[in-house]
Amino acid sequence: MSDLMKLTLSGARDALRAGQITAVELTEASLAAVVASKPLNAFVHDTSEIARAQAVAADIRIQAGGAPDMCGLPIGMKDLFCTKGVATQAASAILKGFIPEYESTVSKKLFDAGAVMVGKLNMDEFAMGSSNETSTYGNAVNPWKVDDRELAPGGSSGGSAAAVAAETCLAATGTDTGGSIRQPAAFTGITGIKPTYGRCSRWGIVAFASSLDQAGPITKDVRDSAIMLEAMCGFDPKDSTSMNMSVPNFEAALTGDVRGKTIGIPKEYRVDGMPDTLEHLWSEGTAMLRDAGAIVKDISLPHTKYALPAYYVIAPAEASSNLARYDGVRFGHRAKLAAGDGITEMYEKTRAEGFGAEVQRRVMVGTYVLSAGFYDAYYNRARRVRALIKKDFDDVFSAGVDAILTPSTPTAAFGLGEMVDADPVQMYLFDVFTVTVNLAGLPAISVPAGLDSKGLPLGLQLIGRPWEEGDLLNTAFALEKALEFNFKPNQWWL
Amino acid sequence: MLIDTKTAARVAKLARIRVDAADLPALAQEFTNILGFIEQLNEVNVEGIEPMTSVTPQRLFRREDVVNDGNQQVAVLSNAPDAREGFFAVPMVVE
Repeated sequence: MSDLMKLTLSGARDALRAGQITAVELTEASLAAVVASKPLNAFVHDTSEIARAQAVAADIRIQAGGAPDMCGLPIGMKDLFCTKGVATQAASAILKGFIPEYESTVSKKLFDAGAVMVGKLNMDEFAMGSSNETSTYGNAVNPWKVDDRELAPGGSSGGSAAAVAAETCLAATGTDTGGSIRQPAAFTGITGIKPTYGRCSRWGIVAFASSLDQAGPITKDVRDSAIMLEAMCGFDPKDSTSMNMSVPNFEAALTGDVRGKTIGIPKEYRVDGMPDTLEHLWSEGTAMLRDAGAIVKDISLPHTKYALPAYYVIAPAEASSNLARYDGVRFGHRAKLAAGDGITEMYEKTRAEGFGAEVQRRVMVGTYVLSAGFYDAYYNRARRVRALIKKDFDDVFSAGVDAILTPSTPTAAFGLGEMVDADPVQMYLFDVFTVTVNLAGLPAISVPAGLDSKGLPLGLQLIGRPWEEGDLLNTAFALEKALEFNFKPNQWWL
Repeated sequence: MLIDTKTAARVAKLARIRVDAADLPALAQEFTNILGFIEQLNEVNVEGIEPMTSVTPQRLFRREDVVNDGNQQVAVLSNAPDAREGFFAVPMVVE
């Protein structure tokens, strides 16, 4: 594989500016790596023609001077982002053949900044899953491999994480409703940030749970996350929940100076059965931030254990409402009808054929918790608990905590197929450290911390104050520098 | 809460998802497990706590009440499984 793909976004940006490489060369290297990565099943829609045209335009723009940071950089696009004229399926059979007539705000911002889209990426169906196994395209595969098993890349942005970790593109877009950026980033030894709810426009992103969904980048390092996040953020009148505030220069915030910052260590994130290596890395990360001059403080987030059950009421409830639009009328799949079938049969057959098992399960759970007689007992109770979970964070932030350090996931990547016969609730437990952040609308980043006893990557998560992604990225930058994680997967798929 | 097959069938109907009768017992069991997990929420004292509607204390952005898009009939219908004469076509809904 070409050495060009070893570059980071910042490295490639600087080399493009210095005239050492061209966007066309970079894009060709990426497209070749995409083709060679077929065994990973990370890319699901070919956009090579678009990429080549974008690369030519980017070179012209860079030569003219003053091009934005993302100009000419090859990235992958999660299949959840509507891309004009390019198949967008949210990894669901129900959207087979759907070609959007419009561009999502986030992908438009990236294209306006000159980014090159080398393909669309695999994911869990409608972003519902933690292993990428619910995809209609079949699962993506984790580039990390330590024995004869193939491992899950995490989910839902599993294709994004696999593609970046395998160095087929320099970065990728992801979305995060309960951990879908941070968990796959942790499983594949790379970095991913979910910004504050309202930072990125949700317009044109296929909706899962609208009060929780946020877009964000999956990248090789913290600097790259800063660069790409800045290009994705910003107010959008087309999303009424997008925040009308200016986007700071996140890269400029990366000084690495965390002296005097207060880092909270929540006792509720120490769970039974956590591997020793993870516990050790967490302590090590804590010590590193202390050595860098931060003040470390034990904190309590007492409602943490109720975040998962609250999430598994609120997210399915919102999903059942959002996914009502897939009815076989306006877009996507429509079932073949038998003689005498009416519109109800059309809906029921279409949705039974088009939705996979996990999506059906969540839509029905959501329908149940919103149904007459149960709305108060389940949905309203979960929203009250959500308010308490947010208050836990508000309390520690107002007590002076700047960021909270936790593990990203309770374990390293598991084998594909290993969870097939497990109760769905077992799979949900992988989100235990990440869902709290979505419920509270906070920014959080996962950085690779080290390897477990088998040699698989583990991540640490930093949770920041709302709207202070710059400060959060800087703390992550300091942690990244101290951790010195520089492991990469063997390229067994080549 | 124990979910029986009758409740599972009712939920499937409300969600407009066809489920074969043979699959209902397994579905009911899954619902029972998931709802059992969710019932931990009953341990929390939520007295006097308002249900959260938005994580950000902001008034939702409102745009001016003017037409800012339109005349997109072809684009709107372009992905329809069945579009005829400028309309989405569906099975007969009124006798």
